[in-house]
Amino acid sequence: MTRAARPGAAATRPGFVWALPAAVFFLMFALTPLLLVVVLSFTSWDGIGEPRFNGLDNWTALLHDPVMIQSVWTTLLLTALGVVTQTPVSILLGVWAAGHQRNRAVLSAVYFVPLLLSATAVSVVWRAVLDPNFGVPAQLTWLFGDGNLLGSKGGAIGVLTFVGVWQFTPLHALIYQGGARAIPQVLYQAAAVDGAGRVRQFLHVTLPQLRNTIITSVILMVVGGLTTFDTVLILTQGGPGTDTTVTAYYMYQKAFKGFDFGVGSAIALVLVVVATLISLAVVRLSGYDRMRGTAEGL
Amino acid sequence: MRRRPNVLAGFGSLVWLVLVGLPLYVLLIATFRTRSDYSTGGPLKPPARWTLQNYLTDLSNGFGQDFLNTLTVTAGVVAIVLLVVPPLAYAIVRARGRATGWVFRLFLLGLAIPAQAVIVPMFYVISQTGLYDHLIGVILPTAAFCLPVCTLVLTGAMRDIGPELYEAMAMDGASPARVFRQLVLPLSRGGLSSITVFAALQAWNGFLFPLILTQSDSTKVITLGLYDFQTEHGVDVPGLLSAVVLSMLPVLIVYLFARRALVQGLTGVGGK
Repeated sequence: MTRAARPGAAATRPGFVWALPAAVFFLMFALTPLLLVVVLSFTSWDGIGEPRFNGLDNWTALLHDPVMIQSVWTTLLLTALGVVTQTPVSILLGVWAAGHQRNRAVLSAVYFVPLLLSATAVSVVWRAVLDPNFGVPAQLTWLFGDGNLLGSKGGAIGVLTFVGVWQFTPLHALIYQGGARAIPQVLYQAAAVDGAGRVRQFLHVTLPQLRNTIITSVILMVVGGLTTFDTVLILTQGGPGTDTTVTAYYMYQKAFKGFDFGVGSAIALVLVVVATLISLAVVRLSGYDRMRGTAEGL
Repeated sequence: MRRRPNVLAGFGSLVWLVLVGLPLYVLLIATFRTRSDYSTGGPLKPPARWTLQNYLTDLSNGFGQDFLNTLTVTAGVVAIVLLVVPPLAYAIVRARGRATGWVFRLFLLGLAIPAQAVIVPMFYVISQTGLYDHLIGVILPTAAFCLPVCTLVLTGAMRDIGPELYEAMAMDGASPARVFRQLVLPLSRGGLSSITVFAALQAWNGFLFPLILTQSDSTKVITLGLYDFQTEHGVDVPGLLSAVVLSMLPVLIVYLFARRALVQGLTGVGGK
């Protein structure tokens, strides 16, 4: 039966007009700004008057700005540290929480509480907890020494990485929990018949089966890591010195504190390009784009 | 099949419990202590004398206003999302034309745009339209940046509706609007609650857009209130942490009563 032969079938299909409000809205408040950031990166604008074109000035200034270069490396370092620390913890936690035992269900409810706090709240709480004079380090000097964790570069980067684990592990663990629950039990039964213990089952069944979940989660971590802002603003203000000035924070400083919105736009563009390139690279390298679903290869 | 207890996993989960529990413990008990009690006794001791004064002081210091502003922003964002996303998802799933396919790809592209990347042009757009320092100026961009994930989640939910149901309604000669109202909306309730929660959380916890698009006390949202409190009265830790608890209270209530919807809303793309 051809489509035309079915009376009324065409009439029940929604037209393009149904998509229009969302499309127009998205165009105005998400895509237009994205295009504008390209334009603004070639202008000089102090935030009050009209932007004036100044050619490649912002870009040449950025290329010779040691803080900008440093901020890119710091951002990449923090992103890499985030992926390396959050991935194992959230896989283990997610697979653990995927079990249907009663105690796991109860504990999971507590484990996922950090999800409920905004990034602002998380940073504010950790700043209070880690305060060198009135926080936990002052109580546990045997563990923390002088307690001024944010006073050195290594300490500040360590704190940002740790707070990242605390803040983001629950979300990724939830993603892995979903992934682990979708793994067919047959595979575990087959592995058990072959005499594989718990560790070997994890390594040879769970991990390979979670492949696509890992890719999704890593991409989320990379994009999140590259755009780290709230925690830096509240916990370290980019310091000590400019040691933890990540690119997103540097953009904010340049634009909204230094009123150099042109340079701020150029930095933003660098962020978008880097984030897109890395996400694409992860997708390509993993072969994610050639797969249709987790079920493939079963 | 009975398995022996997993000692390693038990130990690991205990470590995580301490890591998650310790700051939450400090957060909670500090709010019931006086300022002097906190600074002399350290963060780990339980209150010498329990007090609710911190909460009362926060509420009388304008935190109630911040709370109402956040509530307004959240309601606005959820309203926009629920108004534009369901018709869009319906069109993506059912429309025949090529244009809707392009729109869908556009929204997928939007998944990769971090909000941080557009704050400068957003500031330009919002100032030019005269919406700077108005709550609507926060609502519009926040809602726009919720659309990609919400569209993806709701499209997924609507794809699960069987084609035979559509055909049955087509036989009755139902219009697209009637199919949408009587078939699509009722059968994608799960997806609708997920996107509601997702959008609400984004709005409730949003910080970046309010930070750059508002400046007055009368338009201050909770997250911004916490940030200002921290920079201006950072020494009053019990007051600050009570504000944190107040800010997460509504989310906590949703967590207690609608954990499933919340978890689905949180995981968004990843969980699908």
